[in-house]
Amino acid sequence: MSFQYTILILLIPLACFLINGLVGMKFKPLLSGILGTAGLGIIWLLSLFTAYTYFFQVGQVNGEFQKIVVINAEWLRFTDKLHIDMGILLDPISVMMLVVITTVSFMVHLYSIGYMHGERGFQRFYAFLALFTFSMLGLVVATNIFQMYVFWELVGVSSFLLIGFYYDRPSAVAASKKAFIVTRFADLGFLIGILVLSYFTGTFDFIALTGSDQSIFASGAAASFMGLSALTWAALLIFMGGAGKSAMFPLHIWLPDAMEGPTPVSALIHAATMVVAGVFLVARMFPVFFFQAPAALELVAYVGGFTSLFAAIIACTQFDIKRVLAFSTLSQIGYMMLALGVSGYGGHEGLGYMAALFHLFTHAMFKALLFLGAGSVIHAVHSNVMQEMGGLRKYLPVTHLTFLIACLTIAGVPFLSGFFSKDEILVAAWQSNKFLFAVEFLVAGITAFYMFRLYFNIFWGKEKTYAHPPHESPLTMTIPLVLLALGSIFAGYLPFSELISSDYKPFETTLHLSVAIPSVLIGLAGIGLAMLFYRRESTLPDRIAASLGSFYKVVLNKFYIDELYLFVTRKIIFNYISRPIAWFDRHIVDGTMNGIGWVTETSSQKIKGLQSGRISQYGFVFAIAAVGLALVFIYFIN
Amino acid sequence: MRNELILAILALVILAAEIFTTAGNKHKIITWSAVLFAAATVAGFLPHPEGELFGGSYRTDQMTVVMKNILNLGVLIVFLQSFDWLQRKENHDKISEYFLLVITTLMGMDFMISSGDFLMMYIGLELATIPIAALAAFERFSSKSAEAGIKLILTSALSSGVLLFGLSFIYGTTGSIYYADIAPQVAVNPLQTLGFIFFTAGMAFKISLVPFHLWTADVYEGAPVNVTSYLSVISKGAASFTFLIILYKVFGELLAVWQPLLYTLALATMTIGNLFAMRQDNFKRFLAFSSIAQAGFILLGILQAGNLGSTSVVYFVLIYVFTNLAVFGVVSAVSHATGKENISDYKSFYLTNPRLSLTMLMGLFSLAGIPPVAGFFGKFFLFTSAASAGYYILVFIAVLNATISLYYYLKPVRAMFIDKTDTPIATFRTSLPTRISLVMCLAGIFLVGFMSIIYEFIHAASFGL
Repeated sequence: MSFQYTILILLIPLACFLINGLVGMKFKPLLSGILGTAGLGIIWLLSLFTAYTYFFQVGQVNGEFQKIVVINAEWLRFTDKLHIDMGILLDPISVMMLVVITTVSFMVHLYSIGYMHGERGFQRFYAFLALFTFSMLGLVVATNIFQMYVFWELVGVSSFLLIGFYYDRPSAVAASKKAFIVTRFADLGFLIGILVLSYFTGTFDFIALTGSDQSIFASGAAASFMGLSALTWAALLIFMGGAGKSAMFPLHIWLPDAMEGPTPVSALIHAATMVVAGVFLVARMFPVFFFQAPAALELVAYVGGFTSLFAAIIACTQFDIKRVLAFSTLSQIGYMMLALGVSGYGGHEGLGYMAALFHLFTHAMFKALLFLGAGSVIHAVHSNVMQEMGGLRKYLPVTHLTFLIACLTIAGVPFLSGFFSKDEILVAAWQSNKFLFAVEFLVAGITAFYMFRLYFNIFWGKEKTYAHPPHESPLTMTIPLVLLALGSIFAGYLPFSELISSDYKPFETTLHLSVAIPSVLIGLAGIGLAMLFYRRESTLPDRIAASLGSFYKVVLNKFYIDELYLFVTRKIIFNYISRPIAWFDRHIVDGTMNGIGWVTETSSQKIKGLQSGRISQYGFVFAIAAVGLALVFIYFIN
Repeated sequence: MRNELILAILALVILAAEIFTTAGNKHKIITWSAVLFAAATVAGFLPHPEGELFGGSYRTDQMTVVMKNILNLGVLIVFLQSFDWLQRKENHDKISEYFLLVITTLMGMDFMISSGDFLMMYIGLELATIPIAALAAFERFSSKSAEAGIKLILTSALSSGVLLFGLSFIYGTTGSIYYADIAPQVAVNPLQTLGFIFFTAGMAFKISLVPFHLWTADVYEGAPVNVTSYLSVISKGAASFTFLIILYKVFGELLAVWQPLLYTLALATMTIGNLFAMRQDNFKRFLAFSSIAQAGFILLGILQAGNLGSTSVVYFVLIYVFTNLAVFGVVSAVSHATGKENISDYKSFYLTNPRLSLTMLMGLFSLAGIPPVAGFFGKFFLFTSAASAGYYILVFIAVLNATISLYYYLKPVRAMFIDKTDTPIATFRTSLPTRISLVMCLAGIFLVGFMSIIYEFIHAASFGL
């Protein structure tokens, strides 16, 4: 079976981007939406077909999944060994990501036809969506880390464009800049990491880096800097890039603000695809982390664990429904990172690896569903703030039901997909690190609480007076909701451990009741608490908030991390570094340049007389020059 | 020889056409000449045998074919841009003259490039110079045009005299006019150095290298726009090619003399050309000095004295043909439509004629060498070849000059896009031939830089010392 056709999965979104971007303004908006959606529909089917043939027909040889390089064209050559290629690599995780990305992207394309109806720049929106999809797909099928980096940056750019889609709103512009600058800063680490890694190993290629031949790492393991091996540094720096894109603490500050973008964008980029790029990156480089940089892997676990707790606590206090979801996303990605961090290699040891990607998969479904559901709510009431909502279940039956399913899924209610994947993560944590297990166990409860706080506040509680009666969204919006709800319910039944594993060999997993039962109970406790607080209008939450006093205020303000960043950049970097540089630039650099300009200008003025227009003078200069040059050269050269 | 024969036949056909067409049908000659010339240009790309004729007086190889094709392409573009001008009433009785003169000079240039001895080269040179004086004075009743013609013929007579004087020393010391015979006998001695430097002075006059450039600005300004573009692109290109060939094939032994000589000339040419270009408001004078500065860059490639050098020079000239003719095409269209030839007239040009302004913008960017347009690659290879020969300081000064040139190349851009005026050049429609020529130029500007196959092709035909 040849996979050559997978190049289409990349080319179709690129074509959609070019068409909508270059000539889209000439189309009717609807046409451009249909074009984009149809393109995505095709690659969605292609991806499903690829996944089917890969996983169930040709991918597995002798009980091990193969890494299939479909295309690999040389792009830039530095040395005989070190060259940058562009290509397509199919292996279990990239094929899985193809399915995730195309599914969510297709849903979002379809949904946006309704959601973005009548917006100015509709075609531009579809062009950017297609560009994003193209970049994200290029990222996951990359055959080498440099190709991944190229697409990684493209993803960053398209995310920037989409967050700043409403460019006439100052807050959206600020958010897009913030997202771009923070992730770009992290990418600097990523790039340095890539350079360090390739310097020591002499290759960018994933197959070489993650293959069984460990000899290429010898020089990197031997070199050390500040007490850590060069490979550990490389892994840490690469993780820095991943942490930036995946919004791990302390680089998480951009994600809540990124909610300024249109809601479908939040569902696509800031829930299901781009933000898990960091998880994908660590998973892709997992053997390097595990064998060569265990210290870096441990850091991944702790960063993930801390972020999940930290974000979950903040999520309990937020009122903007999209921001609650944003913090929830942070928390869930923290889960995935933690699972990777505690994972071993091979077989059941590598449960964490499989669990992280499993959770990535189910999370993509239910988090996209949550965002799209939130979008449907916002579409109905024209507000993001939960105080202005309540009692919406009567008006938005489909949205309500699907949103409830998503909330139950994320809370870990049994037999929905989130239950299975979260259970695997908790088991993996339990096996290796009891402390992190305790943290995650607690987070499971908090997650259930804040999700149902959100749910009850939107759909139950006291009905508010709405400017015009809310109505259910059009079919193009509700169909994706229903489809994703089905995904959220059934995705957990995929035999994931037989498809994805750290060493590409299938293994068996079972449900661990000793972990599952307590985690279900704490989830239900969280739901119960939320129900008690928010099902009906009550003053209880406010009183609790008041009794927590300053702690509540700190959490509400997201632990003042943003303010800390502002303090460091404005007060320290601007004053003590930027200002002196600016002075140097203005006076020394510009002064030199102005000086050159002045000299040029003046000399140009002075020699003007040479061009007199008198032909006798021209002849004279000619003759003198010829004779003069001849004399000089005869005299000096001989 | 095919190219020269085709041109000769073409010239005779046009002459016959002039005799046998009635006064009412004269304008048809324009279209027919252009079409026939286009056919000749295409024919130039057919495979061509290499070899010698007339006992070595005439020789041809892959590189000469490439060079002649570049010139043909340029002349074709110039012809297309001349349509509007020739269709004017006052030029009605001179249409075939124009084509005849251009085609004969082009033939002269081809002979220069293919010459195998100094006699052939000198005949080619004169054939390529004297008719140009007539072209420069084409608008008989304009005093500026007449002045341009007379200045060109007088100064070129002087330069030809000096060149012949130099060649006589070479003949006197070697006893031959054939390149093949002279090359082994050349050595660094006072007589041959003197002869060589006088020869160089004559060539430098044609390429308009400082200090032999003084005629350039006056002639360029006075001559009709299309003649100016012909002079600044085709004539200069042909002279550069010839100079390159003769330096490499005849005066290889004088490397020790001509490397420092070209170094000096390059420095002076780039710098003086730039300093003068900064002050010009007349577009044609502006382009005259800009073309002087560009000639200085060409010397950087010749200096390398190897395959890399000859490749980069030919490649640069190819790009320069498209680039400079794009700018000249717009200038000529505006000049014919409105009579305006000053940079300050172009204020708000973008608002009235956006497409022409963008074409001009691309041309100026390419002249300034801003990536990704072709001009950048042209300069880049010239600089690399000079750097590969170790002339780092010269390359540094060249880069500095390229930066200064940015200043004046952006002046028309500022006028077109930023400066506001109440009386901009009115919106006008360009004729079809002009549009075709501009599209050709733009295609060249974008494609030649990116299609490495072109560079590779030239490199395969290149030669060194």
